[in-house]
Amino acid sequence: MLTEYNVEGGDFTRAGYASSQIKKTLKNLNISPEIIKRVVVALYEAEVNIVAHAFKGVISADISNSGIKLVLEDEGPGIPDIDMAMTKGYSTASSRVREMGFGAGMGLPNIKDNADRFNIVSRVGEGTRVTIEIDFAG
Amino acid sequence: MLLKEIAEKLSLKTFTPQVEMAKDVKGGYTSDLLSDVMGASKEGDLWITLQTHKNIVAVASLRELSAIILVKGFEPDRDTVEAATAENIPLLGTDLQTFEISGRLYNLLK
Repeated sequence: MLTEYNVEGGDFTRAGYASSQIKKTLKNLNISPEIIKRVVVALYEAEVNIVAHAFKGVISADISNSGIKLVLEDEGPGIPDIDMAMTKGYSTASSRVREMGFGAGMGLPNIKDNADRFNIVSRVGEGTRVTIEIDFAG
Repeated sequence: MLLKEIAEKLSLKTFTPQVEMAKDVKGGYTSDLLSDVMGASKEGDLWITLQTHKNIVAVASLRELSAIILVKGFEPDRDTVEAATAENIPLLGTDLQTFEISGRLYNLLK
């Protein structure tokens, strides 16, 4: 089952919409609360990253019997140094975003901690693609 | 302890009168960083924060927190109240500062 959601850069009023929809779907499928929690934490962080940093993006969620694969592809500034971006506490968020309580440099590490498989590919000046896979068993 | 009892004991005001308060509160979490709350709070926690924008409702709903307490007399944005009512997240307030309300809630729940 494949669903897609569009995300607008800068529109914090809708941040979390895709996460909320996917959470409902997983609940209806009787996926365990612990797994749902990991999906929601990872996806919300990734969704907020698009809102906070990119111009726009698309989230695709592919749910199978064995797990969920989330691909978040954005058009945006890209990440020059991914290792640096993965460091806890490192952030390039604007002061406006930080004042809202986002941009504390915890997003990407939170995503990685909650994913079974995580991949990030970025081109400066073009955009970033984050792939998150979480297994339903174990 | 039931949220209703906590609200009475701590003299909390409510910004969402339509939302059910007969919820069980298991613990609390105090933080103004949304990623921290996403990553470290537990289901059923009562969240204490000074953030007043709508995204706190998304975080509370996604993490299944029991309610949100705004500190220092801060008022929620109007769309925050609308979202909290729609998502059934009680939005409460206190004039106390964060340290004091956290301490009082801790004493009630310990």
